Amino acid sequence: MKIHEYQARNLFRKYGIPVPNGVVCHSVEEVEKNVPDDGILKVVKAQVHSGGRGKAGGVKLAETKEEVLEKARQILGMDIKGLTVEKILVADAVDIEKEFYAGLINDRNTKSVTLMVSAEGGVEIEEVARVSPEKIIKMPIDATTGLLDWQARNVAFQLFDDIKQVRQASDIFKKLYRLYIETDASLAEINPLVLTPDKKVLAIDGKMNFDDNALYRQPEILAMREATPDEQKEIEAKEMGLSYIRLDGNIGCMVNGAGLAMAAMDMIKLYGGEPANFLDIGGSSNPEKVVEAMNILLADKNVKTVMINIFGGITRCDDVARGLVTALEGIKTDIPVVVRLSGTNAREGREIIKKFGLPVVASMSKAAEKAIELSKTEKQ
Amino acid sequence: MSILINTRTKVIVQGITGRDGGFHALKMKEYGTRIVGGISPGKGGMTTAGVPVFNTVEEAVEKTGANASVIFVPAPFAADAILEASYAGIDLVVCITESIPVKDMIHIMPLLKRNGTRLVGPNCPGLITPGESLIGILPGMIFRKGNIGLISRSGTLTYEVVNILTESGLGQSTCVGIGGDPVAGLYFIDLLEMFENDPDTQAVVLIGEIGGDAEERAAAFIKEKMSKPVVAFIAGQTAPPGKRMGHAGAIISSGSGTAKEKIQALNKAGVPVAKEPSEIPELVKEKLEI
Repeated sequence: MKIHEYQARNLFRKYGIPVPNGVVCHSVEEVEKNVPDDGILKVVKAQVHSGGRGKAGGVKLAETKEEVLEKARQILGMDIKGLTVEKILVADAVDIEKEFYAGLINDRNTKSVTLMVSAEGGVEIEEVARVSPEKIIKMPIDATTGLLDWQARNVAFQLFDDIKQVRQASDIFKKLYRLYIETDASLAEINPLVLTPDKKVLAIDGKMNFDDNALYRQPEILAMREATPDEQKEIEAKEMGLSYIRLDGNIGCMVNGAGLAMAAMDMIKLYGGEPANFLDIGGSSNPEKVVEAMNILLADKNVKTVMINIFGGITRCDDVARGLVTALEGIKTDIPVVVRLSGTNAREGREIIKKFGLPVVASMSKAAEKAIELSKTEKQ
Repeated sequence: MSILINTRTKVIVQGITGRDGGFHALKMKEYGTRIVGGISPGKGGMTTAGVPVFNTVEEAVEKTGANASVIFVPAPFAADAILEASYAGIDLVVCITESIPVKDMIHIMPLLKRNGTRLVGPNCPGLITPGESLIGILPGMIFRKGNIGLISRSGTLTYEVVNILTESGLGQSTCVGIGGDPVAGLYFIDLLEMFENDPDTQAVVLIGEIGGDAEERAAAFIKEKMSKPVVAFIAGQTAPPGKRMGHAGAIISSGSGTAKEKIQALNKAGVPVAKEPSEIPELVKEKLEI
């Protein structure tokens, strides 16, 4: 789960990480009312779940209150990568002597939370990682001890020479780690972390993601969720035990298992079609889930054919086939459906589907070919 | 020979009184796995699936001599269950449970290492040495004894591939589902090394997917350390960036972890990558010259 920059800033503040003053506004009226006319240079920033806000014109400086209002009018309602800007952060702009990067991630290889810092701040860290990985300093953290003082200090010494700044930075790293652990975060970035001319170390921009699997025990984090319409569909699907991601193609897929679902999408593409979605109905396949899954697929108007790809393991194919028939009997649609059944008792299963009157095949490649053929012959 | 499990493996089931735990305990027993007991705190003294239930793993180990455990405990309690097994001296823990918070897994990793516990999973279908032992939820009937080792991040895709291998006359030495989570126990390199040293394994099939760089690391390992041929398949070539494809670990983040990068790395290491699962047997046969 993602949160907005202003929400990350609020969490930073709660954990004692210094950030410049700022207010969030949903409208020009709120800007008028809540942004102080204090003569301090302001930065107006679009709050959307997307990178590249600056390039898209979603971040602007403003010297006076009038200018803040003017920029707010420009940015509110603006479209950034398909997302409408519904709120802005108006923060005090800060004089910057030097920019850095600091972040925490779950590292797959060390199987630990890892602190990453770089003197290359303010730019995309992924770009730094690609072009000059030696400029990123990594400190894997042992979960049983947490981030120790000396570790935080050693890392800070890689960025600063002056012990006063080292102390400020290592204090920020430790607070960020505590925030990360306590909120079940999967990413916490301060980019840039800056040194001001008066030698203060501050967090200017923050980004945080959280582990979806831990949201059940993070009610405060969950309350910050703002899903886009597509994400909302994914969340609803998940609540029904389905894993759904919408794509732009026209062949709907319903598959048992995530890896197999990805392979089925790839297969459609390989045979010259375009998958309309990723949809995993889970290891087994009970009729209720199939009905829900069909409803999700049919709600997508791009879908011209549906390919159901089931590998029967512990759940035998004849049981799966009966489940499919029960589910499909209840759904009225003109969209052609092709079923692929393999695995335990596959022949019996395919017989049941054939009797029901649907095309049924034995391999994924045949299913993909048939689905593509049906999507093309569909009447206009 | 084989890797990790064989006829001598004695297995306990943590969460045996739950629906899945009980069901699969029976399935494993039917397959021939030596299921020697189950754990369900508060239900010690009962008998389920024909085996005794214990309150603690420690007691189960003492009474049964179990050396492996399979976990069907719900996600909020699963990491603790893994640790309980580890501290009771279990060598191999297989965690089937999905949706465990990553932090819980990160928290137990240093402790597992300290105790010398080998973990498979979480969020995995388990592993099988055909004809000898099956630990997890794999459908035993599709596997055949043979000389192909298999490692996979997926569940049903593994069954798909195994089915194709078996139908082509290629049996398996051991198949391991390592799970779809970003932070997991035994991974590609650990298992490649075991297969390299297993006299019964002639070739390895590696099934990867988008997310992370474990396939790239595996490629480097294969190039430097493996004498046995490896054939791969990578799922998720059409997956969009930034989206989690069902598995928590299957996500292309900021342009890295793509199928394309993985396929290139594997090809560079001399590993043929099948375009579709049905191509795998011919690639294996080509490599083995059979």
